[in-house]
Amino acid sequence: MKLIDQTWELFKKEVVLEWRSKYAFNGVLLYVVSTVFVCYISFSLTPGFDKSTGYKVVWNVLFWIIILFASVNAIAKSFVQESKSRLLYYYSIASPHAIILSKTIYNILLMSLLSILALIVYLVFFNNTIGDPLFYFITVLLGSISFSTVFTMISAIASKAGNNGTLMAILSFPVIIPVILILIRLSKSAMDGIERSLSYGNIGVLCLINVIVMATALLLFPYIWRD
Amino acid sequence: MKFIYQTWWKVIAVVLVLSTLITGLLFPVPSLPVLHETIRNLYFHVPMWMGMLSVFVISVFFSIMYLRTGKEEYDLASIECVNTGLVFFTLGLITGMIWAKFTWGEFWSGDPKQNSAAIAYLLYCAYVVLRNSIDEEQKRAKISAIYNIFAFPIMLVLIFILPRMTDSLHPGSGGNPAFGKYDLDNGMKIAFYPAMLGWSFIAIWIATLRYRIRLIENKRNNLN
Repeated sequence: MKLIDQTWELFKKEVVLEWRSKYAFNGVLLYVVSTVFVCYISFSLTPGFDKSTGYKVVWNVLFWIIILFASVNAIAKSFVQESKSRLLYYYSIASPHAIILSKTIYNILLMSLLSILALIVYLVFFNNTIGDPLFYFITVLLGSISFSTVFTMISAIASKAGNNGTLMAILSFPVIIPVILILIRLSKSAMDGIERSLSYGNIGVLCLINVIVMATALLLFPYIWRD
Repeated sequence: MKFIYQTWWKVIAVVLVLSTLITGLLFPVPSLPVLHETIRNLYFHVPMWMGMLSVFVISVFFSIMYLRTGKEEYDLASIECVNTGLVFFTLGLITGMIWAKFTWGEFWSGDPKQNSAAIAYLLYCAYVVLRNSIDEEQKRAKISAIYNIFAFPIMLVLIFILPRMTDSLHPGSGGNPAFGKYDLDNGMKIAFYPAMLGWSFIAIWIATLRYRIRLIENKRNNLN
């Protein structure tokens, strides 16, 4: 119960901090909107592209790549922005599990909001070809949850190792590739409006990866924390 | 750690591997379509992965030991195991690619098993890069131990679970039976199991040698 209380307090603190500055949220939102706009302009250079056969595939893959890079940018900040003295203060008042849990939950919230907004912006610019919108929406939510769990753990490791940008990319991409492969497969079948029950296996694997990543994060974070 | 200075298991390893050269290349094998004589690669391709897996397991064990005790030797043992494992990983990929050339038609045909093995390879290369990016010794040891423990279950999922769930040409996945089911007859077992054991011992042997070199280097650096 103490863990839940601490997690809740830390989570509230994260949200309040973000609400005051709105830096991460607005920054990443702007990033997503400008990326989508750049893509829109680049693709409109080729007339008749949205009638071509490959349009659906490109639509889907492009969306996930935008979300992938947006989430790397959003979550890489989660441990770097903390100053050393503030980290020391957390160390004295809370358990490491509460800290990693609160960060992960906060990132899940942030990423869900961002990816829903990104989906809306994306749908405005690129005409809608989704066959099963509800299922696509669920896939987007699942994707933001998976990205958050993986990137939170990786950013904790990368923040301890100094130079951040490169290391974050190198460390996270091998882990995120299987996740994004499953996500693209899932969302492709949602686009084509394929029977939902055929995708339950993929959802299961995605949940399994999330559980493994969360479990290792909870086990290992106390060791990263102690410096 | 007395085990690594003993001789008997190294002799066994050499004898086993030399014996598989004879049994593997000379003993009769079942003649199957597509595979033909390339089936003998089974004695060299699969044991590479077995060798890799055994040193990776040992390195995870030493990473856990390092996090519990903080002794530098455990960190050295774990990194040298990963280095040796990477060599066997490369050999496993190469033998697999050569085999794929003669049975599937191309060195790299984008098969799920090949792709996820490549991703797992990146995962462990990232481990080496991560190690080199940190200067402070204790911090480096701790962070790389954590990453090693984190990477191992993901490697297992990538190589041994994910390909099984999709359609792959590789035996043992997507409804294809593994060799063990019924292709592996008793004649092949005589060569196959010693090869698995022998190459695992060889991998551990290389890792222990490198570990001992590192220990000596460490000692010398400390004296200066």
